[in-house]
Amino acid sequence: MKQPVELRNHFTELSKFRTRLLVSGGFVLFLFAILYARFYFLQVVQQEHYLTLAEANRISILPLVPNRGLILDRHGKPLAQNYSAYTLEVVPSRIKDLEATINELATVIEITPIDRQRFKKLLKESKRFKSLPIRSRLTDTEIAAFAVNRYRFPGVEIKARVFRQYPEKEIVSHVVGYISRINDQDLELLERNDELHNYRGSQHIGKIGLEQSYEKQLHGITGFEEVETDAAGRSIRVLSRTPPIPGDNLILSLDLGLQEVAEKAFGERRGALVALDPDNGEVLAFISKPGYDNNLFIGGIDQENWNLLNHSIDRPLNNRALRGVYPPGSTFKPFMALAALELGKRTPEYSMYDPGYFSLPGVERRFRDWKPGGHGRVDLHKSLVVSCDTYYYSLANDLGIDNIHSFVGQFGLGKKTGIDIGGEASGLLPSSVWKMAQHKQKWFAGDTISVSIGQGYNLATPLQLAFATMIIANNGKAYQPRFVKQIQNSQTGDIESIPSKLLYTLNFKSKNLEVVKNALIDVTRPGGTAAKAGANAAYTFAGKTGTSQVIAIKQGERYNEKAINERHRDHAMFIAYAPAEAPKIALAILVENTGTGGSTAAPIARQVFDYYLLGEQPDEAGTALAFYDAGEDRARDHL
Amino acid sequence: MGILSLLLAPWRPHKMLTMFLQNPTLSMQYTLDVKKIWHYLTRYIDSFLLIALLALMAIGLLALYSATNANITRVGNQIINMLIALVIMWLVANIPLQQIKRLALPMYLAGLALLIGVALFGEINNGARRWLNIGVTRIQPSELMKIAIPLMMAWYFDKHEITLRLRDYFGATIILMIPVLLILRQPDLGTAILIAASGFFVLFLAGLSWRIIIGLTVAAAASMPMIWAMLHDYQRQRIMTLWDPTQDPLGSGYHTIQSSIAIGSGGVVGKGWQNGTQAQLDFLPEQSTDFIFAVFSEEFGLIGNTFLLLLYLLVIGRCMFITAHASTQFTRLIAGSITLTFCTYIFVNMGMVSGILPVVGVPLPLISYGGTSMVTMLLGFGILMSIQTHPKLVKT
Repeated sequence: MKQPVELRNHFTELSKFRTRLLVSGGFVLFLFAILYARFYFLQVVQQEHYLTLAEANRISILPLVPNRGLILDRHGKPLAQNYSAYTLEVVPSRIKDLEATINELATVIEITPIDRQRFKKLLKESKRFKSLPIRSRLTDTEIAAFAVNRYRFPGVEIKARVFRQYPEKEIVSHVVGYISRINDQDLELLERNDELHNYRGSQHIGKIGLEQSYEKQLHGITGFEEVETDAAGRSIRVLSRTPPIPGDNLILSLDLGLQEVAEKAFGERRGALVALDPDNGEVLAFISKPGYDNNLFIGGIDQENWNLLNHSIDRPLNNRALRGVYPPGSTFKPFMALAALELGKRTPEYSMYDPGYFSLPGVERRFRDWKPGGHGRVDLHKSLVVSCDTYYYSLANDLGIDNIHSFVGQFGLGKKTGIDIGGEASGLLPSSVWKMAQHKQKWFAGDTISVSIGQGYNLATPLQLAFATMIIANNGKAYQPRFVKQIQNSQTGDIESIPSKLLYTLNFKSKNLEVVKNALIDVTRPGGTAAKAGANAAYTFAGKTGTSQVIAIKQGERYNEKAINERHRDHAMFIAYAPAEAPKIALAILVENTGTGGSTAAPIARQVFDYYLLGEQPDEAGTALAFYDAGEDRARDHL
Repeated sequence: MGILSLLLAPWRPHKMLTMFLQNPTLSMQYTLDVKKIWHYLTRYIDSFLLIALLALMAIGLLALYSATNANITRVGNQIINMLIALVIMWLVANIPLQQIKRLALPMYLAGLALLIGVALFGEINNGARRWLNIGVTRIQPSELMKIAIPLMMAWYFDKHEITLRLRDYFGATIILMIPVLLILRQPDLGTAILIAASGFFVLFLAGLSWRIIIGLTVAAAASMPMIWAMLHDYQRQRIMTLWDPTQDPLGSGYHTIQSSIAIGSGGVVGKGWQNGTQAQLDFLPEQSTDFIFAVFSEEFGLIGNTFLLLLYLLVIGRCMFITAHASTQFTRLIAGSITLTFCTYIFVNMGMVSGILPVVGVPLPLISYGGTSMVTMLLGFGILMSIQTHPKLVKT
């Protein structure tokens, strides 16, 4: 080793290697001996102890499932609650002939074919050692009937369980969402987030809506109990107990009364409504019609109901307010008008003559106004009150798409609002960059014309429109919309308020804002497109009607509502806030396939405002529900 | 000519078909030559080793069937994994070691590049960055390193065999430590330990001085507190709960408590196949992968464990024999490292399941469910078979 270079002898090298190999072989034997000693210790010396733990008197660690937190409206009315009930449960592995046992059970307690179906499905999804419910909500008579016959049914037991219930069903289903049985994907997600241990024993998890987005708060923390049980599985004594911590209650800003009024106002029509508090972004009402009975999903929905919901042409599972994207139609105009003033492209005094159409310089094609013959001389105020299209066609040409994109984008169109339930759609506020990226095409001046009246590539969700309206109403404050106002510790009752989140503030010249807001007030006054809906209101009421087209009409043709398939008719739109001087509520309304915003959507806003501001229930005769013959306001995109 | 085309035929199925069509006589001869086919298939296979491996794999399937609650699909998947791994083993066994030797450096460098790729662009999963998306599929480069490291180090020592000096050991240590540190950073403690061990075995077998080994052991013991400070929270948690699993019976201590109960309650004769309550009642975590030994042990008891350990010892003994009779420095080192790494897998897995080692993600070789480890293991045995069955060139 002292010499810098040493030539090795192959044979001494080999024998040295073999010595080393022998040493490692000995070490391996030593390690195996350790393992064997451990096995001997566990399986011979300690066998009795572990057998006690595992089998003869199985001491098991039983998870104690925490009660799920409640979901309450702003006045404390329950939207999601729990109740205890007795269920009839079967452990398949302890029964020889399952079919025969169920048939025999049916002679004691009523078991419907739907119960059987649901049980079969459960059976397929679960381990045979698990206790599976075959009937829930047993009555006292049924419990008594089973109790006397119990000896005939080993492996069948009555258990007390806590169930989730949604008392308001379809009225708030799109807000509350639902919980359902934990499936493999949920398990994978829980494992990835290292939360699996907290779900040992839990059967349900939030799948959609608030139940999903606030799963962490609602679920609570699982406790555990070390229980000594005998061979039959009956517990003998509890060795130690760490109680579960129930989930927190969610207190929403949603007003159930308002929600009910709004829901009723839609009648049988499909659509969406989002009402926000302009002072903080709290959601006051959130409707997507039709809703669905979210109770159906809790225990696993049966095939029949699933098909009904999933294949319905009305698509009740689609959350229109959150995920439905529609051309905003003329409700886009107030934002265009403000852009014109703020960017110096128009003054309030400027006026133009509207012949009933607009043409781009050097192009023959005509962009028509919804009113044949036009509105005559139109200034900015009138353009909003009568919803003149031509004014915005010419304005769009002067602004250019990228100015429109960046200015109107400040109102949150084309972006998610970040509301506290998942799955929000982002809509689309087009720009020349977007079109190049998406369609590999240059932006044409004609594209801008369509965008200016909220058609063309323009797409927005009702939630986004409500958000944008709120920003106008409160003079530029962009509060993040949210449902949950407070979180209540269900043990101590302590309430923690979640502060409202001001995302950013837009600074507009107050004189410009005033011009637009004054015009919006006149929309609901005589001469405006929503005059009937605003008639005799006890408060000032600002709004803008719109029509969101489903299909485009060819050049030279006119829209004829009666001639068009009902599902292809235009959607009615309306954005509004009140009272106009100091807004307490801002909203956006969509009514699918019913024509113009003034005639069908605006009356709904009136009922919602009457209830929220004056406490007036709409009268049962439903005068407000009547269809008004309002101004046409049918801004259209042309092919 | 006939024999030659016969030998090449299985490589080129289309040629085989043409051969049959063109020359029926030859095809007659071909079908009759079962002996030759058998010879062709088995000439580079060490039958002793193969039979022991197959016995272990059969035990694995038995345990898996019980662990998955008689899930035929998963057992079927595992059989496919095994078949793929056996084919790879056969292929490797057929390659002479001189060829494999040439792969050592490129494989190591490629593995290193991929590990650096993981550190820079890897996908984060479970808070660890272990996977690399290479467009077509996701790969875990640390898996490749399990074979590449011993190959590279054996190649390195083989190259410096004639003039082995202290600084060569130092060089080999650097070759080892770069990838180990990268894997440790991912973080993947289990794999890092196994790879470090496989490299250490090469160093040890190449004759690293005892004084250095003892010195390093003492230094390692002294630096424990420092390593503790470097560990991630979840790793510390695992080590802490090893000393007292009852601290967190539903969380990280759950695995150890439940697997100890399973093994202990199995007793001497076990509860019988598919009758383990711990396994069948779902108390055992990851019962088809890392903790499958608990299922086996609960159902077959100490007798089953004895049988399993003996079977493993048989495999290890045969591997030691092959190692001792390997003819070159390169083959000796690679064979020795593969053998001892195999032992490490067994010890670490059984130790963790029986509660004497912390829970690190190490599968039980040939028994745990999973394709990757099956392939890595059998690839190693393919190398050993190649060493044993190819003509040995005695060095001049």
